[in-house]
Amino acid sequence: MNKLFGTGLVATALSLPTLAAAQDAVSLDQRVNDIFAGSTGWFVNLIFMNLPGTNFPWIVLWLVVAASIFTIYFGFIQLRAFGHAISLVRGDYSDPNDAGEVSHFQALTTALSGTVGLGNIAGVAVAVGIGGPGATFWMILAGLLGMASKFTECTLGVKYRNEYADGSVSGGPMYYMTKGFKERGIPGGAFLAVVFAIFTIGGALGGGNMFQANQAHAQITQITGDFSGLITGVIFAAVVFMVIVGGIKSIAQVTEKVVPFMGILYVLAALVILIVNADQIGWAFGQIFAGAFTGLGVAGGFVGALIQGFKRAAFSNEAGVGSAAIAHSAVRTKEPVTEGVVSLLEPFIDTVVICTMTALVITISGTLVMDPATGNFILNEAGTSIQTVDGVSGVALTSAAFATGFSWFPYVLALAVILFAFSTMISWSYYGLKAWTYLFGEGKTKELIFKLIFCFFIIVGAAANLGAVIDFSDAMIFAMAVVNITALYFLMPIVKREMNSYFARLKSGEIVKHGH
Amino acid sequence: MSKTTIVVGLDGSEAGARALAFAKNQANQIGDCTIAICYVIEWSPFTFQTPEENEQRHKRREEELKLAHERVLDPAVKDTEAAGHDVVGIVQHGDAADILDAVAKKHNASQIVVGRVGARGIKERVFGGVTGRLAASASVPVTIIP
Repeated sequence: MNKLFGTGLVATALSLPTLAAAQDAVSLDQRVNDIFAGSTGWFVNLIFMNLPGTNFPWIVLWLVVAASIFTIYFGFIQLRAFGHAISLVRGDYSDPNDAGEVSHFQALTTALSGTVGLGNIAGVAVAVGIGGPGATFWMILAGLLGMASKFTECTLGVKYRNEYADGSVSGGPMYYMTKGFKERGIPGGAFLAVVFAIFTIGGALGGGNMFQANQAHAQITQITGDFSGLITGVIFAAVVFMVIVGGIKSIAQVTEKVVPFMGILYVLAALVILIVNADQIGWAFGQIFAGAFTGLGVAGGFVGALIQGFKRAAFSNEAGVGSAAIAHSAVRTKEPVTEGVVSLLEPFIDTVVICTMTALVITISGTLVMDPATGNFILNEAGTSIQTVDGVSGVALTSAAFATGFSWFPYVLALAVILFAFSTMISWSYYGLKAWTYLFGEGKTKELIFKLIFCFFIIVGAAANLGAVIDFSDAMIFAMAVVNITALYFLMPIVKREMNSYFARLKSGEIVKHGH
Repeated sequence: MSKTTIVVGLDGSEAGARALAFAKNQANQIGDCTIAICYVIEWSPFTFQTPEENEQRHKRREEELKLAHERVLDPAVKDTEAAGHDVVGIVQHGDAADILDAVAKKHNASQIVVGRVGARGIKERVFGGVTGRLAASASVPVTIIP
């Protein structure tokens, strides 16, 4: 690992002045990619294995079934508690004596900054590119169902977190797996926690890191022209290093403040494009609904649209994955249910609002090539995805779609992608670190080792090509969901008890609004 | 419980000290009067934080409260008590204008006394300083000490 790291740095330094050295760097990209694809392929295949006799990956069914069960078990909590969630975020129920602690709003936005990002921009483009506009329908449905999964895991995350003497807290699925299982007298909690922690480290290095670096690099080259991913990787790694190892909080603080505005700008730009093309919105929704059930001739037809929609929704909002449970554990609320209720807004904002905006803009923009005679989409030569104008995919497709509305938007999007990628990396470095310290114990040296590995993988991610990285990222994040959802099934009666007690007290007036 | 209460906003500055001196003087003239000394740690629930900041937040809050007590509030309360006044000391996180008014309401105060802090920076020019907002929104008379 260290040897490769050294070579990478040297190659980067050399690639700047001479063309010959630059070509060396390109071949090194390829080598990094080959090693990467070779070493992770088996795991990816296992996670995305199809159900026997079908082309439906078992993992997608796993997530949707879980989200549906939670939705029914908690009596459509996502609908019933939606208004209360907004009320909590506004601070209506916050005790003034607790002012100065982490607020519900802060917990929500911190968790969101880990999920809102490339999944909403690149992931949706991948889904719509392969599954057609119909994928959007399944994405929205998965987002709505996922709200119940998020509610379950975040309630447990707060209930079973560890509070230390110095006042700091550590929480997440590892803690509810061990403590919750013990409380219910079920064996195996500690084992699940260890497996979950290993996958979380993988997810942090994959989706929370390499995928981000990879797509940020792709977006930069879109504007500057092609150059070695190692350069982007090294720069990103250096900045992340400064924040997570050097403790330069100002960079993180600036990002945390700029990212929400980029998010708002992104949604506004999408809205303007949709308003300008208001006459096509009806048609776009028609495409989404028709495509959802017929596939409109895209790769894999109706099932292809469904799989893509569900996959991208899960990757984007992380419901059931367990990451948000780590982020929400920091809130010192007396009622774990309040954090669960607040967290159910995340899949809504992330998937139902932002992802849908992206999908609508791509659909309306006409960057997906259609056969005017049949009204079906034309597939590319390989038959794997819909042909696009200029053959773009991923974040480049979103960029091209927005450029039909605003020619300058790719520049804003490039900046947004870089900032989103950065803030997602910061969030996931924290999730990964929590899993790491759960496995190896707290301690400065141990933490430093993880942080260095994290920075190294940024370089790998920027250098490897999209296919290998996106597959590995998905696989690791879904692997987290396998373990997490297993635990949620065992612990959901506890959540139900908490939920019933909380809402009963809310109804009886025992829990009251605080005036402002 | 005294007949009335005067709320004083302290911020550790000279102006704050002058406000407290004025309040003491007023309390002497009234006679039966409690002085509520209030120190507000500027904080908003609607900021954006990193996960690590959230994790450390409780610890930071405790430190902030401790410092506020040690450096500003406790000495002021002690001095005022020594001068023979009935005193309440309050430290809270939040928006100074909102909290001073909330404290005034809670204690049924007859007035709020604050020191004038000159408008600094673009934010205060646009949104108005604490004193300006307090004067505009308070539910009881506000005395601003230059």
